[in-house]
Amino acid sequence: MAVSWNDVTEGMEIPQLKKNCSTQQLVQWAAGSGDFYQIHYDKDFAKGTGLSDIIVHGALKNAFLGQLLHDWVGNKGRIKKYGCSYRGMDYPNKDIVCRGIVKRKYQEGSEKLVDLEIWSENPEGQKTTPGFATVSLP
Amino acid sequence: MAETATTPLITDDMKAEIGKESPPWTCEVDKTMVRLFARSVGYTDKVYYDEAAAKAAGYRSLPCPPGYLGTPVFNPGAGDNPFGGRRGPGPQPSRPLNRVLNGGTEFEYMEDICAGDVLTATSHLSALEERTGSLGEMLISTNKTVYKNQAGKVVAVSTGTGIRY
Repeated sequence: MAVSWNDVTEGMEIPQLKKNCSTQQLVQWAAGSGDFYQIHYDKDFAKGTGLSDIIVHGALKNAFLGQLLHDWVGNKGRIKKYGCSYRGMDYPNKDIVCRGIVKRKYQEGSEKLVDLEIWSENPEGQKTTPGFATVSLP
Repeated sequence: MAETATTPLITDDMKAEIGKESPPWTCEVDKTMVRLFARSVGYTDKVYYDEAAAKAAGYRSLPCPPGYLGTPVFNPGAGDNPFGGRRGPGPQPSRPLNRVLNGGTEFEYMEDICAGDVLTATSHLSALEERTGSLGEMLISTNKTVYKNQAGKVVAVSTGTGIRY
């Protein structure tokens, strides 16, 4: 199921992860992450700050990219490093598609490593959360 | 108007904060929180829920899902609402900025972190920048947080970018 380093080629796309957050999931995330900022669950509060609606937590999109990587590397691989910028807002009940492309495959000592470009995109295809990752694979 | 536009947002007091290590705080990693975090992301991998599955996969206990580095021990009066963690007011910019957005997050992992671990975190402001963009005047601050486990080993470093506008 999980990938092995030998099967990886530079330029390949990894399996996509599709998300679509209910407001309930945003409240679960608030509890899980400890981020209770009201712009993520209180529409009046969000509008009061000038937003058009409740927005999805940036850190939740970061965690979705973490899942994209975990689901690909499995429990024999490890995420060494990953991160993203929050360039655009995402909203509940809209698709958030997490994607990744292998940029580089290499070894450092005994570690078999892969660098990826990762991102999430909104229904318009805009990369709202561009990022990067380095993973080790069996 | 012309005067405010030329006064930097970043004050000398703010610049003096760069690189200063914060007092340490404790982040507990427990099974209930690992499960809650994993559930809120939408994981179905049993290693995040079932200790036997986690051990069968080679972990000491439920591992931390990516992005989860334990939960700060909440201390009423000292903890920050709505963000929970330790967050002092710190020196303020030359003009008030009332809104905040998360600009980005990075994680670097050196070791597995599993339920039962107790992490000690320290953070420091690593950079400050001001910019005018789509949100108007923005103050961008970068913070690094270093996490050590109960054996004193650095297990993870997180970098966060905050935008105030």
